[in-house]
Amino acid sequence: MSDEPTLISARGLNLTFGAIAALADVQMDLWPGEMLAIVGESGSGKTTLLNVLSGRLAPDAGTVWYRDPAGHLHDVHAMPAPALRTLHRSDWGFVHQDPRQNLRMTVSAGGNVGERLMAQGARHYGDIRAAALDWLAQVEIDANRIDDLPRTFSGGMQQRLQIARTLVTHPRLVFMDEPTGGLDVSVQARLLDLIRSLVARLRIAVVLVTHDIAVARLLAHRIAVMQRGRIVETGLTDQVLDDPQHPYTQLLVSSVLNA
Amino acid sequence: MKGYNFAYLDEQTKRMIRRGLLKAVAIPGHQVPFGSREMPLPYGWGTGGIQVTASILGPNDVLKVIDQGADDTTNAVSIRRFFAKTAGVKTTTETGEATVIQTRHRIPEKALRADQIIVYQVPQPEPLFRLEPSRVETRRMHGLADYGLMHVKLYEDIARYGQISISYDYPVMVNERYLMSPSPIPAFDNPKMDMMPALQLFGAGREKRIYAIPPWTRVKSLDFEDHPFRAINAPHACGLCGATDSYLDEVVTDDRGGRLFVCSDTDHCASRRAEGHVGADGLREAAE
Amino acid sequence: MLQTIGLAKTFTLHLRGGLTMPVLSDIDLTVNAGECVVLSGPSGAGKSTLLRSLYGNYRAAAGQILVRHRGRMVDIASADPRAILDVRHETLGYVSQFLRVVPRVSALDVAAEPLVIRGVGQDEARDRARALLLQLNIPARLHGIPPATFSGGEQQRVNLARGFIAGHPILLLDEPTASLDADNRAVVIGMVRDAKARGTAIVAICHDADVRDAIADRLFTMTPYQDAVASAA
Repeated sequence: MSDEPTLISARGLNLTFGAIAALADVQMDLWPGEMLAIVGESGSGKTTLLNVLSGRLAPDAGTVWYRDPAGHLHDVHAMPAPALRTLHRSDWGFVHQDPRQNLRMTVSAGGNVGERLMAQGARHYGDIRAAALDWLAQVEIDANRIDDLPRTFSGGMQQRLQIARTLVTHPRLVFMDEPTGGLDVSVQARLLDLIRSLVARLRIAVVLVTHDIAVARLLAHRIAVMQRGRIVETGLTDQVLDDPQHPYTQLLVSSVLNA
Repeated sequence: MKGYNFAYLDEQTKRMIRRGLLKAVAIPGHQVPFGSREMPLPYGWGTGGIQVTASILGPNDVLKVIDQGADDTTNAVSIRRFFAKTAGVKTTTETGEATVIQTRHRIPEKALRADQIIVYQVPQPEPLFRLEPSRVETRRMHGLADYGLMHVKLYEDIARYGQISISYDYPVMVNERYLMSPSPIPAFDNPKMDMMPALQLFGAGREKRIYAIPPWTRVKSLDFEDHPFRAINAPHACGLCGATDSYLDEVVTDDRGGRLFVCSDTDHCASRRAEGHVGADGLREAAE
Repeated sequence: MLQTIGLAKTFTLHLRGGLTMPVLSDIDLTVNAGECVVLSGPSGAGKSTLLRSLYGNYRAAAGQILVRHRGRMVDIASADPRAILDVRHETLGYVSQFLRVVPRVSALDVAAEPLVIRGVGQDEARDRARALLLQLNIPARLHGIPPATFSGGEQQRVNLARGFIAGHPILLLDEPTASLDADNRAVVIGMVRDAKARGTAIVAICHDADVRDAIADRLFTMTPYQDAVASAA
């Protein structure tokens, strides 16, 4: 079972901001098609970890390894900038909590979805538009909004547009930073349902950062609990949440209100 | 002219600009920063083009200067006189006779030769200027050949207007590598740049950039496979010489809606008339 | 099919100053293909804990939980998370006491999911789910609705459909008939018998005496830890 090679792995990650240990001896593995949730409270280092894993922030020590579709290992922080940039636009995706960070607000929905395709060299307008329509349907955005600006979309729609824009190049690995943060509950439910089905159907590996344990339980296969820069517990999601071993995990789980 | 170096600029400045030009020629379409000097005319009046011309002019050169295709507009006349004074070179209005052609916003209709150099005046060298406000980001995009954003703009045009709506300063890919602004020449002129035998130099004085297209270089206007680029001109013939394949200016002739379409390239029109071509309005003139 | 050796489970409550609560001690349980073992004993004996430990939902403190999976014996107590997930998808099924409700997913898709995870086409999975839901007396008009608004009994029947649909070789059932009426109890008993006939090994918790008698091949009696310790002393 564990013979299958990992998609992304990290060892010995350390990062301090002045006196604060943002990451302390963090290691993780992720296999193709599986979702790992990183949970913790504010200041736990979970977003920092996401940024280090995705190459956006360099650690003080440690390595992040990524295996490309051909099977070759790459040290993410030793990759040349153009290669990392290309990676972010093809085999990787990044879903931000605020969709406006990833969308071009003055470009139509169709243009937003088609951009990654055009950046990769797609030059047939009809095909690009057809792909955009297909993806808008998959994220449940009405087809007749394809030429509308994201400014005219609700928050939930903007987030779904961001997801379409990210998935259009069929990335094998997607980083998500609180994708449902700040959304109304019903909107959140719809988005989670969408993420769940897309990820399962497309066999995407996901590193999901969230402070919401219910989201982790719904979506993730495995979970890592972070406290002050360290991963204090990790394992099967239902096992860690139903039978927490570490004191902090027990505190976290017992603090959650159940609707 | 007493007190001035040949062609106004001092030799060190010319060397500096020539070094920049060499770099520009070595990397077709890539913008090279240069130390633009204070010229005796304001920014926006062709200081970049003038500095490039000044750096390459020799005593045996023959200089033509055009502004929107015309040799006789105020700016063209001023610049031509400037070089006549400071360099003492022979000047001409005939495209075929010139060795250096400085132009604002047009390429001559007559095909250029390998022994000629055309110098373009450029207001804004950055083709991504309106799409990406950050210069740090546009430099990165050029460095990584990351031009998806430009195609997004073309996509938006087609989605909104049914066709690409850019009529001048239409972006091109040079040597299949760099995205370039051809300066505000009409899109109609873009095909002339492709595999041109003459050397093409571009100077932007206010923005302090130089770029170049060496002779016989591929220059391709951006488009989509199913929305290919088309060079469009007005569906009229020149009223004076009858040409149907040149770029036309629309001239208002009276206050009763009278209009006349004439070749923008004054030398081209004059040559055709000298050969005996007559347009519909040319006949009328002769009759009066 | 399934064997525990020296299985032990203790809970450590750090929020209570590290209070330890031993629940299971030295559990040796063997279940063979085609047989149904019912865990019996008073409340607090650890029946639910044992069932969840078998599923890997609780982490064993000591001992082994051996499961025959893809021709080999896998120890759930020490397997890594991905191995456990594979065992759950292929071999080990679990019907919890209460349906965990996921918003927006229809009853049909809740029931069909284990097949979809296995790679069965969505249409075929839904057909089989439909048949199973009808067998459990969930009418067709409810199939397209998320079960959040269903009654407890209806939710449990959706849960049962989900548990039985993939034909896991080993099934763990936690009070499968607790909220059901007589007719549906009979349906479930029938489903258990069919599963046994197919060679399924079943471990169940069941307080209803009639149902227990109908499905159990033998009982595994458990006593609360304190009593066991006391009686051993």
